Amino acid sequence: MKKIKPNEKLNVEEILKDLEHYVPRRRGWTWRKQKKNLKMGDYTYEQASEPLKNSIPLPAAHYFDNIDPQPDVVITSEIASGRFEDDIRRMRMAAWHGADHIMVIRTLGQSHIDGLIEGTPEGIGGIPITRKQLRATRKALDMIEDEVGRPINFHSYVSGVAGPEIAVLFAEEGVNGAHQDPQYNVLYRGINPVRSFVDAAVAKHIMAWAGMLQIDGAHNANASARISWKVIPELLVQHAINSLYSVKSGMKKENIALSTVPPTAVPSPTMRINLPYAVAVRELFKGYKFRAQMNTRYIESDLIDATRMHMIDTFISRLTSADIQSTITPDEGRNVPWHINSIRGVETAKHALVGLDGIKNYVKLDEKKINEKVRELKMRAILMLEDIIEVGGYFEAVEEGFFVDNGYYPERMGDGIKRKKNGEIAAGTVVPRDKEYMAPVCHHFGYNNLPQGLEKACDLIGGCTLCDHSKIKYIDELDESDNVNIRLNDVEKMKEKNLLKPEVEWANDGTIQIDMTFSEKEEIAEAAAIETAKRMGLTDINVIHKTILHPAEGTYLEIKAKVPFAIDKTKLKIPERVKPLSDNEITQFFKEHPITVVAGTVGNDEHSVGLREILDIKHGGIEKYGISYIYLGTSVPVEKLIDAAVETNADVIFASMIVTHNDVHIHNMKKLNELAIEKGVRDRFIIVAGGTQITNDLAKSSGMDAGFGRGTHGADVASFLVRKLRKRKS
Amino acid sequence: MVRSDDFDERSVHLRNLSDEELDKRFWELVEQVVNPLVELAKTHTSPSIERSVLLRMGFDSLMAKSLVDKIFDQGLLGKGAGNVVYRFAKSKGMSDYVMAGKVLTEEDHWDEVRALFNGSDQK
Repeated sequence: MKKIKPNEKLNVEEILKDLEHYVPRRRGWTWRKQKKNLKMGDYTYEQASEPLKNSIPLPAAHYFDNIDPQPDVVITSEIASGRFEDDIRRMRMAAWHGADHIMVIRTLGQSHIDGLIEGTPEGIGGIPITRKQLRATRKALDMIEDEVGRPINFHSYVSGVAGPEIAVLFAEEGVNGAHQDPQYNVLYRGINPVRSFVDAAVAKHIMAWAGMLQIDGAHNANASARISWKVIPELLVQHAINSLYSVKSGMKKENIALSTVPPTAVPSPTMRINLPYAVAVRELFKGYKFRAQMNTRYIESDLIDATRMHMIDTFISRLTSADIQSTITPDEGRNVPWHINSIRGVETAKHALVGLDGIKNYVKLDEKKINEKVRELKMRAILMLEDIIEVGGYFEAVEEGFFVDNGYYPERMGDGIKRKKNGEIAAGTVVPRDKEYMAPVCHHFGYNNLPQGLEKACDLIGGCTLCDHSKIKYIDELDESDNVNIRLNDVEKMKEKNLLKPEVEWANDGTIQIDMTFSEKEEIAEAAAIETAKRMGLTDINVIHKTILHPAEGTYLEIKAKVPFAIDKTKLKIPERVKPLSDNEITQFFKEHPITVVAGTVGNDEHSVGLREILDIKHGGIEKYGISYIYLGTSVPVEKLIDAAVETNADVIFASMIVTHNDVHIHNMKKLNELAIEKGVRDRFIIVAGGTQITNDLAKSSGMDAGFGRGTHGADVASFLVRKLRKRKS
Repeated sequence: MVRSDDFDERSVHLRNLSDEELDKRFWELVEQVVNPLVELAKTHTSPSIERSVLLRMGFDSLMAKSLVDKIFDQGLLGKGAGNVVYRFAKSKGMSDYVMAGKVLTEEDHWDEVRALFNGSDQK
């Protein structure tokens, strides 16, 4: 397999090549390699895992020597573009940001397909899970895990009416984890309850052999209920039914993860409701794993609100425990997730988990106080179980609408989901196994009348696919008009012509998002926003979010739309990046030509972090090259900067400006230049401006010798000074 | 069913249980709910289960589907789809089970197949 280079795109054609002979490297789930007391930069981490070879750290990391500590907990990214060739690019992005559990959402309706899908057709809200798609994705993930230096768990769904076949498929193709919970089929997919449970045991048994991690479906009750905290007793019951059923189907407890979500959200007092539940579930399910999911039930279209919610949810993971921290993209409330939001979700989890590293050293739950509430939750769950047995068992309870009832059990609202034991999809398809029943394959759950004396069941037929990978039958494509090759043709055509479009989920999908505020009430603002987008020449305009700033004073809006053009890559003007000189060359120069710099932040500007980075030796600033500087502090008047330079006989003035209201930064640069000219000293000094909104062009047009923006290092500024001074001397 | 929250009265019998006893009671009840479900799964099968057997025997998904549909229609699913293929292939002296399955999807051999079993003696 070819290695991928960080500066090269994934080559889908390369991945598709020779796919029929691809064999997965491993089976089963992999946890992160734990690193107790991991030292990174100036810090020690107590809940960390082995760092990555290649990664993108959190935004503030450049102030911390670019460290990217990886938490002890596996982080999930859910990916659902509907096209595997776009999914794999997103997986690579997510892996670089710290995800090592890639959960691929299935296309709408796959649950109801009685059999397997083949090829690479396009999906809706997810992807059609097929052997080719799994194989190509696993192969891409193999390349990606080599690149980042950490195993990546690939995950999808063993549900619907084809559960056992999908379990076999996953086991054969090296899928490492899956959702499997017959209750999900029954309650949310309307599949016959008997069929769901009978199929599930066989599927689970195969998953167990493959060492896959199972995640249950209890969290869906939370997402479906009207008042989600009221289903807490039921959540405990659902977790328990699936967990014990899985153990009895042959799974190890350590491969069973409970999908647990903090049920409620702000404005309810979330911590006091969610925390006792988190404690109760961890007490009752000792030995099992916990997949902490973030709340989806209350996500609206506001990305920031979703992020706030998920920070608090992750806080609960750290106050209790989590083995997997799943992420929800903050845009789940408004569209199929976009690239950027998958990454934001992962960043939120990483940020919270790293930020709360070792919190339990200082903060402890008051076990006695919380116990009262925990006991109540357990008792409510016990009351529900007693009633389930009372009415005749699980199927009868489902018929009577016990589940997803909005009452706080034993309270009943009478609005639960009802499913008939002998009804629903695929009813009447389960048959008793005869005494003669036999399945000549390995790892088959249940009664199997195999001949005596066999070592392995499949000896009867000379091997099964679980024992011999070469026996698997690979189907490439079935639909000539809907497959990856057709889609890649379109991408290839754009590539040949060097054309580009912006994208959010698919290659060159042309979608962009813009935001704006109108000082109008909602209806007018919305119409005005659409009109603005129209006049900008955009098409397919949709308002995806609104925030009322005030009923009369203003409305904030976010719009998604498509651009009706493509950009020619070859015609773009890309500003040349000046390479800094070597450290040796700079140091040597200033040894021979010592200079003094006068520096300060200008006007009413208290932001000094950026300037200190350029100056201080500790941050790789110019001090390390032997340049001496006089730091005048913050909010220095322009006059004072020039006077100080004159008094100290300095050579260079650094003026830092972050504040940009009313173009005050442009005004200050001009003033600095004009005042220096007025005082007759402009030629004596090299004057340099810096700040996040400063560009070299802007600074030069405002009378500066140079300007430096975001991402500048001491070496860039020092190199400029060397070059400028050399020119002067020659 | 509609019922108001009578937790206080309804939970009286649980109040004096210790934390450990409460957890134990919880799992005993879960066991009672789950055991009959496990027994049901052990003794029954379905089209998807039988397709999963054929996949493991080396059939592709298309053939597995069409063969299981036929076996279901013939009322032979309870014998096991893999078993049907196995016995049929053996009776014909075929060592290629996938080929035997293909013959069963294309030609009518169901009376022969039925004769290979003892009848519908349910377990």
